[in-house]
Amino acid sequence: MTEPVLEVEGLVKHFPVRGLGAKGVVHAVDGVSFRIGRGELLGLVGESGSGKSTVANCVMRLVAPTAGAIRLNGTDITRLSRRALRPLRRSMHMVFQDPYSSLDPRMTCGQIVGEPLDVQGLARGRDLDVRVSQLFDRVGLRDELRFRYPHELSGGQRQRVGLARALAVSPELLVADEPVSALDVSVQASILNLLRDLQEELGFSCLFITHDLATVEYLCDRVAVMYLGQIVEVAPTRELFGNPKHPYTQSLLSAGVVPDPEVQRSRTRVVLEGDLPSPLEPPSGCRFRTRCPLEPRSAPQSHDEEPPLVDVGDGHLVACHLVRRGETPDLYRPLEVAR
Amino acid sequence: MSFVDTSAALTVNPRARRRRLLRRRFARRPLAIIGLVVALAFILAAILAPWIAPYSAGATDFNALLAHSSSKHLLGTDELGRDVLSRIIWGARASIEAGVLATLLAMAVAVPVGIVAGYYRGWADAVIARLTDVLLAFPFLIVAVGLAAILGPSLTNATIALGIGAAPALIRVARGEALALREEDYVRAAVANGASDARILARHVLPNMLSTLIVQATVAIPTAIIGEAVLSFLGLGVQPPTPSWGVMLADAQSYLSQAPRLAVYPGVAIFLCSLSFNLLGDGLRDILDPRTTR
Repeated sequence: MTEPVLEVEGLVKHFPVRGLGAKGVVHAVDGVSFRIGRGELLGLVGESGSGKSTVANCVMRLVAPTAGAIRLNGTDITRLSRRALRPLRRSMHMVFQDPYSSLDPRMTCGQIVGEPLDVQGLARGRDLDVRVSQLFDRVGLRDELRFRYPHELSGGQRQRVGLARALAVSPELLVADEPVSALDVSVQASILNLLRDLQEELGFSCLFITHDLATVEYLCDRVAVMYLGQIVEVAPTRELFGNPKHPYTQSLLSAGVVPDPEVQRSRTRVVLEGDLPSPLEPPSGCRFRTRCPLEPRSAPQSHDEEPPLVDVGDGHLVACHLVRRGETPDLYRPLEVAR
Repeated sequence: MSFVDTSAALTVNPRARRRRLLRRRFARRPLAIIGLVVALAFILAAILAPWIAPYSAGATDFNALLAHSSSKHLLGTDELGRDVLSRIIWGARASIEAGVLATLLAMAVAVPVGIVAGYYRGWADAVIARLTDVLLAFPFLIVAVGLAAILGPSLTNATIALGIGAAPALIRVARGEALALREEDYVRAAVANGASDARILARHVLPNMLSTLIVQATVAIPTAIIGEAVLSFLGLGVQPPTPSWGVMLADAQSYLSQAPRLAVYPGVAIFLCSLSFNLLGDGLRDILDPRTTR
């Protein structure tokens, strides 16, 4: 791999909880490391509360990380001040989850898309209009929508505006925080196709955050699975979906729906017990142990020791004691399904 | 939105379209229109007093002391034979001036303070928030009366006192709005754009709290108008030869049994004026929400 566009190392984000009596720390992200190569799409999946969005916010430096390092094109941006970050924001931008709240209701869509160019001093006046017009064309929006206010647009159109804004400065890294989960299913596909086409055309790298496995499989080159603030498995998409190793990944995949009803009925499904433990007091050792069906096999090691994320070959990284011992968690085998 | 409507609207520039939309929404609220019309009438009366008042404010008619309504004096005269209608029209000047200027003063102080506190948080916010809490613990009129007493009696000082008295409530509103807006995704997107704090505050935070502030202002104006009347009544505002509704009420006290109308007319003026601004404020609250489309 050439020099990565984004390199995240041991990222930690803790939120202190203040209040009467109940003091504590929310371990939103606890030691996350990954890198994204030039032109690569990395999918970050996990359930609600697993810390995906916090990773995105840290990478964009919308929140200050507690510990760890974030390097953008080799520049450490972890501790840079907001002012010092400003010129670097040309290299990265973000698409937000909610297309309703991420567009300023007081600005026309043209102004919204033009703002990054204006702020970064990349275009002014007539030139700015032309650039905005091109961006609208690129994301498939009619030019006259430039003069409309966000509330006059549909959800899909708004998300196109959000995408146009993010791509206005031609960033090398696009952070997409669940960009389609607030949209109707029918619109989701068109936005995902647009994102893929634009990526092929412009070649930016992308950190794509979602809880939808099907989206990841369709879009991403590599996938990282998050559980309770940590990455439990990373692998190239085909490898992860064809040969998942971590019990959590396996249970996630087994919960997916297959288009063939007959196959669907005969599939074994792993149903995880209980809820995501509180990030205020994450379990000792392996964080997944409280819900892991294979916990009897991994105990007591899994209670005392945090499993490291180790390479099992071909860029496939897994954080599981069983895998490290050479045992294979076999909650689910994707091969039983014709894929 | 019908199809025809869409294509027609496209040719118009967005500001004009938005203005038309606001006008249409305004037309649906009769109370707001009444408020607007009456408030405008008072403002016009104040501005045009020299031309529309039948007599000058100090002109005395010794042939008609404490006179009843007549064609010569539509609302009668007071104990010195001064025309009550003229004095109410002239008095509107003090009331409107105090109401509007005090509110503007309060805004000028409160909005920057509130925005900075709410947007930046930190210790400055803690200090400002606790300080406003302390100030809000005192009733508005007590603060205003106290300040006016310290500053000395005059309309200018009364206005300043009313403005300072109204500021804490507005600081709290501005701070609360800024606090909510800083968490909005579009503000975070502006940060991601690399926008400076000044730009974010001017382009995103302030415009989005403007409608709330306008409503707060229209609600603060009648409070200030009543406050001016109270201060003048107590002798802390407008000084007697100059007409003011509060002064007229104070003067009417001595003649309450013989000519209660002397107290009723300025009272009605205060009532109508503050009610009209309140109705207008209520209407604007509904209309100015950018998310209600129709």
